[in-house]
Amino acid sequence: MNSISFSKEELERYSRHLIIPEFNIEGQRRLKNAKVLVVGTGGLGSPLLLYLTAAGVGTIGILDFDVVDDSNLQRQVLFSVDNVGEPKVEAAKKCLESLNPHVNLIVHNIRLTSENALDIIKEYDLVADGTDNFPTRYLVNDACVILGKPNVYASIFRFEGQVSVFNYNDGPHYRDLFPTPPPPGLVPSCAEGGVIGVLPGIIGSLQANEVIKIISGVGEPLAGRLFLFDALTFETRTLKVHKNPDTPEIKELIDYEHFCGLNLNGKSKNEDVKEITVGELKSLIDSNSDFQLIDVREEYEYDICNLDGELIPLGGILENVDKVASDKKVVVHCRSGARSATAISQLEKKFGFDNLYNLRGGILAWADVIDSSMAKY
Amino acid sequence: MAKVIIPTPLRKFTDNTASIDANGGTIKESITSVADQFPELKKHIFEEDGEIRKFVRIYVGDEDINVLDKENTKVTKDSVISIIPAIAGGIS
Repeated sequence: MNSISFSKEELERYSRHLIIPEFNIEGQRRLKNAKVLVVGTGGLGSPLLLYLTAAGVGTIGILDFDVVDDSNLQRQVLFSVDNVGEPKVEAAKKCLESLNPHVNLIVHNIRLTSENALDIIKEYDLVADGTDNFPTRYLVNDACVILGKPNVYASIFRFEGQVSVFNYNDGPHYRDLFPTPPPPGLVPSCAEGGVIGVLPGIIGSLQANEVIKIISGVGEPLAGRLFLFDALTFETRTLKVHKNPDTPEIKELIDYEHFCGLNLNGKSKNEDVKEITVGELKSLIDSNSDFQLIDVREEYEYDICNLDGELIPLGGILENVDKVASDKKVVVHCRSGARSATAISQLEKKFGFDNLYNLRGGILAWADVIDSSMAKY
Repeated sequence: MAKVIIPTPLRKFTDNTASIDANGGTIKESITSVADQFPELKKHIFEEDGEIRKFVRIYVGDEDINVLDKENTKVTKDSVISIIPAIAGGIS
């Protein structure tokens, strides 16, 4: 480790670390020698990457497949208006390079999959998981368990955050806490459920702190514990997490979409429903066809933008079956097409409807293809 | 009366109430007393056979009931019961 040296510029930059007695130049050497992969360059990834870069972690992997969108800017503080439309990893790299030129940034403009996860993660000492969906959470966890890498975990929803350190020194991992994911649709994603913009800043910063503690060997990592933060009540709790003797041994990566009850286009595996495109819906409207349009989103989403459909939120669709026409074509839509597929599947199974069509891509597709003045969220 | 803390994703089933006083001397009795007040909550915590669902953890204080006496873990009027759901958010 003594072979790691610093330039004058680096010593000055990191001086506030170097004068902490228990951190000192040895802690800084460990940071410089470390390789950290940040999975997800969004709400959590933004503070993570900013602080890890500023702190001088030697090699940082930036993994994401998405592009910067207007709706990211409320909380993803890595990005600015000029970055909209750019690949997130490229925009992140530009921002981070200007923050600290002494850090080696490696971009992975790719979706993490069972096929590539082991090859990518094996090059790093530690993974920080800032993803937004259950399949990738389980994938990151399992790959870290197989490769013996610590997994610094955080997750957020509306006003609530969770942080933990999994798989540290053979400690408990994500599956010890949550052996199986919730069924699709039960827990909305941030895209559907929302998140207060500051929360990922708070929780992602805690995550960055855990990364730095593990690498530097300073302090007690949050292993075997789960930290909870409620931004509304300002209540915090730290709970114990134990190894679960019933957790099966993880020997290989599996199909995580299937494990989480999803297939690749985000629909439940049993939701093989009839579809209609936004172009076909436009034709129905323009020709004054007799059909019913049902919107299964929530009222607060309807207020952002709508297609003048009848609002019946997914949670109440079965109770409101009397409002669903059975004698003509019914087009059901939501934001992206997933909830409306669930609604149709439920109605078909329980009541035998055969006249329901899912709007492929939802109101987002309508905004993309038909009406560019419509707000996307 | 033990206090049951409702996590954000389940508050839509409890009229946005964050904590609820529960009757009963065990975890099962306490959670059931809350679930009876809010039937929609029930199906998110319990399987049809009455088992607690695997993507939900129940804690008393800072301890997982699975390492205590599971659903039969005793609670007192000072107990704080936490329902911990899996949440996945982060990117968008």
